[in-house]
Amino acid sequence: MIQLEQVTKTYPKASRPSLDNVSVSIEKGEFVFFIGPSGSGKSTIIKMLLHEVSPNKGRVVVNGKDVTTMRSWKRPHFRRSIGCVFQDFRLLPNRTAYENVAFALEVIGKTKAVARRVVPEVLELVGLGGKEHRYPHELSGGEQQRVAVARAFVNRPLILLADEPTGNLDPDTSIEIMRLLDRINRTGTTVVMVTHDSNIVNQMRRRVIEIESGRIVRDQARGVYG
Amino acid sequence: MRMKYVLSEVLVGLWRNVTMTIAMIITMAVSLFMLGGAGLLYQKVGDMKDLYYENVQVSIFLKPDVSPQQRDDLDAKLKSDPLVKEVTYVNKDEAYKRFQEMYQDAPDLVNAVKADQLPESFRLKLVNPEQYRDIYDQYKDTEGVDEIVDQSRLLDKVFGVLTGIQTFALAIAVFMAAAALLLVANTIQVAAYSKRREVAVMKLVGASNWFIQAPFVLEAVVAGLVGSILALTFMAVGKYVAAGGSLSALEGLITPISWSDIFLMFPIMAGVGALFSAITGWVTLRFYLRV
Repeated sequence: MIQLEQVTKTYPKASRPSLDNVSVSIEKGEFVFFIGPSGSGKSTIIKMLLHEVSPNKGRVVVNGKDVTTMRSWKRPHFRRSIGCVFQDFRLLPNRTAYENVAFALEVIGKTKAVARRVVPEVLELVGLGGKEHRYPHELSGGEQQRVAVARAFVNRPLILLADEPTGNLDPDTSIEIMRLLDRINRTGTTVVMVTHDSNIVNQMRRRVIEIESGRIVRDQARGVYG
Repeated sequence: MRMKYVLSEVLVGLWRNVTMTIAMIITMAVSLFMLGGAGLLYQKVGDMKDLYYENVQVSIFLKPDVSPQQRDDLDAKLKSDPLVKEVTYVNKDEAYKRFQEMYQDAPDLVNAVKADQLPESFRLKLVNPEQYRDIYDQYKDTEGVDEIVDQSRLLDKVFGVLTGIQTFALAIAVFMAAAALLLVANTIQVAAYSKRREVAVMKLVGASNWFIQAPFVLEAVVAGLVGSILALTFMAVGKYVAAGGSLSALEGLITPISWSDIFLMFPIMAGVGALFSAITGWVTLRFYLRV
């Protein structure tokens, strides 16, 4: 599903590479944590999987597509098979929960009728049934992140990328979001999550890949934060 | 639904920043007005050149002591010259008759000149009136030729002034266009900034590039089109004022500008306005949104 083959990335003006000869293979349906200190290169991996940055060396293959050689005009279509959740939710403040999710569908060409059928379903799935017409500022942090997850998942992506999705949430809310991601993972969606949250990693007992200074120092099935 | 979305985004975008939109449209209109004016002038000068040069003659005056042999040689040479369309020989009597006609209001002058004082001449019509110089160089040293006079030299001065006005209008058009396009770029930046969250989400979920860019580019195009309509209005008002006002004195000199001339300028102004706005908008987005 996701292959990084001897990937090296050095940003311009950086003294050392953000990723240094990294090779990772992630199978379909896996749940993977990337952990490591700030600046270790975790976010660079997410950006690479999204075709936002390209490696200087090596190859990145996502969903059987070589991202390294992908032309930028193919990027939009490629992104439709990847869902994305961030620490800061990135919801549109002037749209309700329903409209935020529907927006993601409509801008990729789905009709309003499709949105009317699919959006309530996915909001129900993330546990926001009955709160469809609330605006982001009327929702708690955890609920906002649920909207973000709903938006990422509504298009049934093959891969869900989560960049510190619990970074702004309290421990109890974090656990609930993790349960949600776990449920999504059980539908067959590959989940890749970048996190600092040792508590969560220890509870989930999934594959853990630890990165330090751009190198993989640990890759462990059913690992802990360490 | 997508078309409706794009169009409503365009209107919202123009309205959100309405003072800038107005500034953009006005500068665009002035620029296009100048462009259209220069275009009209260009067209008119072309028409006038056709009209005037058609009737213009080059006169080759002969020396008083020209021999019949020299005259016949010149005549033969002129008749076989590919640059010359028509040759008319004017003898002294003929010249005197024309002189009398031309100055019939000044009998003193006519009386003072005797018939044999006026030179004989050849009157030429050229295939291309602008090739006067070639004729001049070719015949100025021919035996028996006194002087070569070209009426079109005078016209050249008139057209020089008109071309000057035209260049001036074009220069203003270019300067105003630069201002207008900078305003377009600025408006697009402001619009893109105020929609940065939407754009970020659209990029994230994989909206196609044209779908993200279309509202912004169309905003610029709409401004360009409205600007060109305004420019057309300026022209119509200009014609209306000129027809009754002080400029009507020029009517005899300049071939009149008709309504159809003005309306034919509109597609050019609208096309230039829309196209340049669209390109500017699109380039701005490339730099600013990186989509």
